[in-house]
Amino acid sequence: MATAKIPPVLRPSTGGEKEVEVAGDSVGAALNALAEAHPATKGQLFGEDGSLNRYVNVYLNDEDVRVLDGLDTGVKDSDTLVILPAMAGGA
Amino acid sequence: MVPPGLDTRPCGGKYADIVAAIGNTPLVELKRLSPKPGVRIYAKMESFNPTGSVKDRVARALIEDAEAKGAIAPGQTILEPTSGNTGISLAMICSRKGYPLKVVMPDNVTEERTQLLTMYGAEIVYSPGEQGSNGAVALAREMAAGDPQYYMPYQYGNEANPLAHYNGTAVEILEELDEVTAFVAGLGTGGTLMGTGRRLKEHDPDTRVIAAEPLQGELVQGLRSLDDGFIPPIIDLSLLDRKIFVSNRDSVIWTKKLLQEEGLFVGVSSGAIAAIAARVAGELDEGNVVFVVCDDGWKYLSSGVYSRSVDELEADGTLERASFW
Repeated sequence: MATAKIPPVLRPSTGGEKEVEVAGDSVGAALNALAEAHPATKGQLFGEDGSLNRYVNVYLNDEDVRVLDGLDTGVKDSDTLVILPAMAGGA
Repeated sequence: MVPPGLDTRPCGGKYADIVAAIGNTPLVELKRLSPKPGVRIYAKMESFNPTGSVKDRVARALIEDAEAKGAIAPGQTILEPTSGNTGISLAMICSRKGYPLKVVMPDNVTEERTQLLTMYGAEIVYSPGEQGSNGAVALAREMAAGDPQYYMPYQYGNEANPLAHYNGTAVEILEELDEVTAFVAGLGTGGTLMGTGRRLKEHDPDTRVIAAEPLQGELVQGLRSLDDGFIPPIIDLSLLDRKIFVSNRDSVIWTKKLLQEEGLFVGVSSGAIAAIAARVAGELDEGNVVFVVCDDGWKYLSSGVYSRSVDELEADGTLERASFW
């Protein structure tokens, strides 16, 4: 299974867990597995239409999945999904 | 013909004042970083701008845009959220042009940034460091909404920001290179990537535009909820071919590598961008990879990143706490 890294802002919804093992061969399937295991994350990860919440960035290893194939991006067992809140920068 | 005793021509131009001297920065090949003979890596040295960062281009464009629209007149107070460089550039330009400046900045930036802003006459309002740049944006918007005397250029949502690169940085790169295989820059406001990337793709749709972004440490992710998240309005993700995050640790490693192997004394975000540029170069068989050196290293000396080892910086929490972007 792939590993999902949970940011501090979502940890109250995962019982404090920093990492969660998630099954699924795509980013969407893996995030849905996370939402099933920890239902409080669902409304934060996804919009009402099932798309990724615009203020959530999800990275497959270190690449933003929105610039890959979005929720359809393929996931392997050795992969890490990093979930991060959208933050401003200065560059 | 170079006259005797002068072997450093061209001089880089003759300008009416320091604001006009912004831009026209060198493009420097980094041969030691190139993984293959057919792949050439070039650094666009934005650190050569008058205040030492790419933000000189943006700040000048923001102020000249406001002047052209009649939105400001000398004496008007300018207010802007910044993680440092935009504030320093605005401070220099506003002091030259006669605009008082107030900047809103996270309180965990390096001491040098505070000194530079004060030196150019800006007033600083600090926002909570654990909220990162998001906190500075939120506080500045609140202040601007409550006081009509402020004019906020708002680099995150002002098209003058990417246009400074569309009409400047990109044109300068294309004057020097016939072909750009990949362009790599940092993602903060999105101005550099959007403006330069759009122009480069108009020139050659096959040019790949790649964003390097900071992996924010947990201590600077101090959001109460995801709704406090922020996406700069000028960012159009469809223009990007890849968006890759870089940890502070890797950023510092590559900042040191640029210094030791190529003699470039640059800020930590430029190390991050170089890391991605070298990775992209390694995936190519031939072509030109251009990356942006956003700023020089002077403003980060007090953080110890050039004098101490990465392990030391990690052990004492510098890598986790610092705001380098």
